Amino acid sequence: MNRMSPDKRRIGLVSDIRRNRFSYLILLPAAAYVIIFSYLSYPYIAIAFQRFDYRKSNIFQILFSGNWVGFKNFEFFFASQNASLVTYNTVYLNFLFILTGTVLAVLLALLLNELRSKWFTKISQSIMLFPNYISWIVVSYILLSLFSNEYGIVNRLMLSLGQAPKNWYTDASVWPGILVIVRLWKGAGMSAIIYLAAIAGIDSTMREAAEIDGANRFQITTRITLPLITPTIVIMTLLAIGRIMFGDFGMIYALIGDNGTLYRTTDIIDTYVFRALRQVGDPSQAMAISLFQSVIGFIMVFGSNALVRKLYPDGALY
Amino acid sequence: MQQEAVVKIKPHKKYSLANFLIALFIGAFALMCLLPMVLTVIVSFTDEGAIMRNGYSFFPEKWSAYAYKLMFQGGSSVMRGYGISLLITFVGTLIAVLITSLAAYTLANKRVEHCGKIGLFFFVPMVFNAGMVPWYLICTRLGLRNNLWALLIPNLLFNPFNLFLVRNYMSGLPDSLRESATIDGANDAVIATRIYIPLSLPVIATIGLFYGLGYWNDWWNAIMLVDNKKLFPIQYLLLQLRSQISMLRDLQYMAGAGYVTPPSESIKMATAVITIGPIVLLYPFLQRYYIKGMVVGAVKE
Repeated sequence: MNRMSPDKRRIGLVSDIRRNRFSYLILLPAAAYVIIFSYLSYPYIAIAFQRFDYRKSNIFQILFSGNWVGFKNFEFFFASQNASLVTYNTVYLNFLFILTGTVLAVLLALLLNELRSKWFTKISQSIMLFPNYISWIVVSYILLSLFSNEYGIVNRLMLSLGQAPKNWYTDASVWPGILVIVRLWKGAGMSAIIYLAAIAGIDSTMREAAEIDGANRFQITTRITLPLITPTIVIMTLLAIGRIMFGDFGMIYALIGDNGTLYRTTDIIDTYVFRALRQVGDPSQAMAISLFQSVIGFIMVFGSNALVRKLYPDGALY
Repeated sequence: MQQEAVVKIKPHKKYSLANFLIALFIGAFALMCLLPMVLTVIVSFTDEGAIMRNGYSFFPEKWSAYAYKLMFQGGSSVMRGYGISLLITFVGTLIAVLITSLAAYTLANKRVEHCGKIGLFFFVPMVFNAGMVPWYLICTRLGLRNNLWALLIPNLLFNPFNLFLVRNYMSGLPDSLRESATIDGANDAVIATRIYIPLSLPVIATIGLFYGLGYWNDWWNAIMLVDNKKLFPIQYLLLQLRSQISMLRDLQYMAGAGYVTPPSESIKMATAVITIGPIVLLYPFLQRYYIKGMVVGAVKE
């Protein structure tokens, strides 16, 4: 296949290993890890089409003496209302996160770029990045200090304003909004920095030329800076849309946990699979739902990447 | 004419209404990021009785460090969980960084004929993941259950994304380095450990922080694979603490305070606060190396 030059003839894997013994040796731990935890996991997908038996949990038993049931696990899931609910919640919440997150991050980046005071920029950046590093569990405590029924500062505030306090942790309808705010709180700073890096990559002569032509700051921002970072915005958004079927388990489980009254608006595929596996104890059912998610997710990821590659040949991740 | 143009190029005054409004918006967002955390810290230093009377408040009626005193006494489960998290984070990050940077060297080594295919081999798991069920079954099969290995090995010990981050950095180093070292008689082992890895320290610091933060903030391994309370890392302990009061009773009992109502509210928040501790400590490094990695990973240059 490779006809570039005669000395570039392909050599077999074995002689390659012999020639680069050390390189292949130091590759081993990482390769073994990926084989064990990723490649060996693929055959296990078969249990989505079986009734799983814990006594036969080794991969050969699963493949060769498993109790095959066809698409029953899928039928069971799709026959329940849960299927559409958790799928809808996953996609809808991610859609809200992507939309609000992108708008706020781009706005913050454009404004940070216009800030004139160095120390103020530095301090505010440091502060708005901090929530990005803390775990969702710590975030859940911070949320508790705001929304707890008895002691939460929001309810105390409402009380002092003469309003009746609200039972936040039992009202499902307010949670998409709360989750969006928490998400922005935790993530917008970091995304803003990524867009800020894109802005920093813009050729400064463009801005200077516009300045000489008499454009004001607002015009430069909307007519020069924003159009020039649009590829970055589109790429980041498309890649995020590619992952729209995958919810953030850590976020939802840490903030909602096993609070069933909030499932109507907050239960996502990932938390549902988790419960099917660990609380209901039905690996086959869990695997079926998970496979449904992985396959659609895989198509979406590939589709979004193909689109990115078509729009911006240099920007595709893969 | 020329003079006019010069005047126009220097248009920005430092103090203008626009600058003020921009600073106001940024400042307001930063303040909103900060205040909830400040509240949590203040609550952790608030007297329990004051919380009962007034709720959480930025201006507590009475301050108290009792929650911290309870926590820091020897043998408390919080301290134990903290120790486990520190241990796992330290050991895990060390191993993870080692196996990632070694493998990255191979991927960046142009003399390895098959390095393109090896890259694909590491890339496939990034796009297609079989999900948590096979993962769980494999872990239990390997005996990664109810022990420290279960916290250390699954999920966190190696991440292909970090591998590619280091690989790209190493590929950017000039080829002449390898060539001249080879001429001087250096073999692969010397080139990797004396030249490539030392030169890649900035990106290795980046992935070290990625891995370290991953370990410190992890509770997935614990919730999936560990039931033994004595092995709970601090994050998982914190998750349990939200609903469980029993552990607080233990604490109180050990403090020799008898059966008074435990200071559950302030101790909850105090535990959350000490969990942020290492992050505050590493913050200057996070600001420098973590962000660089995020930016490079997100926007391909």
